[in-house]
Amino acid sequence: MKNENLYNYILGIADNSLILGQRLGELCGHGPSLETDIACTNISLDLFGQVRSYFQYASKIAEDGRTEDDIAMLRKERDYKNVLLVEQPNTNFAYTIGRQFLFDAYHLMFLKALQKSADLTLSAIADKSVKEVSYHERFSSDWIKRLGDGTDESHEKMQDAINDLWTYTDELFHQTEADKIMATEGVGVDVPELKTAYYNYVNEILTEATLEIPESKYFQKGGKQGIHTEHLGYILAELQYMQRTYPNMEW
Amino acid sequence: MTTTQQHIDEHLIPILEKISDPEIPVLSIMDMGVVRSAVIVDGKVKVEITPTYSGCPAMDVIGDDIKMALLEAGYESEVDLILRPAWTTDWITPRGRKALEAYGIAAPLEVQADKDVLLHGKRIVKCTNCGSQNTRLVSQFGSTACKAQFQCEDCQEPFDYFKCLK
Repeated sequence: MKNENLYNYILGIADNSLILGQRLGELCGHGPSLETDIACTNISLDLFGQVRSYFQYASKIAEDGRTEDDIAMLRKERDYKNVLLVEQPNTNFAYTIGRQFLFDAYHLMFLKALQKSADLTLSAIADKSVKEVSYHERFSSDWIKRLGDGTDESHEKMQDAINDLWTYTDELFHQTEADKIMATEGVGVDVPELKTAYYNYVNEILTEATLEIPESKYFQKGGKQGIHTEHLGYILAELQYMQRTYPNMEW
Repeated sequence: MTTTQQHIDEHLIPILEKISDPEIPVLSIMDMGVVRSAVIVDGKVKVEITPTYSGCPAMDVIGDDIKMALLEAGYESEVDLILRPAWTTDWITPRGRKALEAYGIAAPLEVQADKDVLLHGKRIVKCTNCGSQNTRLVSQFGSTACKAQFQCEDCQEPFDYFKCLK
């Protein structure tokens, strides 16, 4: 492969959306209300759409005959480079919203920076995605406030979710070797630069939601290196089932 | 800013205008603004379409419908999906907006007005049933990726609003 760094870089971005999209898809028909059910699955659909664009590009770069579907469906767990945050389970609606908001706030900042990429395909995907992700972030930040500043019970559940998920936020700003090289070349986003703005914004929304900002400085990492929490295996088992059971089947 | 100009061969317009969005059958793909170019090169038609939303499942169907319609008109064709410039609701033609309204989907507002609505500001999305301006946002996400759900506070009718994208 001529440009392995670019290939790995694209996978790092796309896998976040793929795994989060799969998680949200689990809520299809199981959301707490019709509107939120539809919202979560709409967000899932947007993410999958974005993932297709990334994987179509990655398959061109790979030049080894693998299609977008092969890249999405036929890798092993260690080859998925998503952050640990997005693979965390839906648990309850507060967790679903907490995970979504902590990711959306990052995703939106990331895409705005990616719009300036020297790589014209990546910047075009970012131009398209940023419009969609603005809606996602509006939805999730709105719900953070509604649950945080809602009843005693919703407040407590929302606070629990934020406390638990907080440990996965720092990893968003870690860089792999490919990330560093791509950032130097002006293709990738220099994520450490987004960190201060991210926490400022997240803290602002949490404060507005009458939630406490977790003080824990202990953070989990590993997803970007392919070292995942126990949850990813189960997600992949469901995601890959059809292709593993009936290889090369087509819809 | 990249160009938003369309390059569509005049002979092809009547053919392409007959193709509609499979999810909003009253709206032709030309009025929706998803066809960005259609030109005849060496007897073969090259068409470029752009998705409304990244995950829009209608794009594959639209691509097939274009090929079929052109084939019936005697043209071989090739359809490419392009992402840049990204589609905006501003590309829906006035005729398309009217068709949406008649179908019961409120047409997208001008950009600033849209932001006000979705950020719970002024409510000026008109009910498609009774025309009342007294409507409320039920959810920013609706039955398809491109729509939000509204309800009229006067006649109580729930309706779709075509979300603004810019």
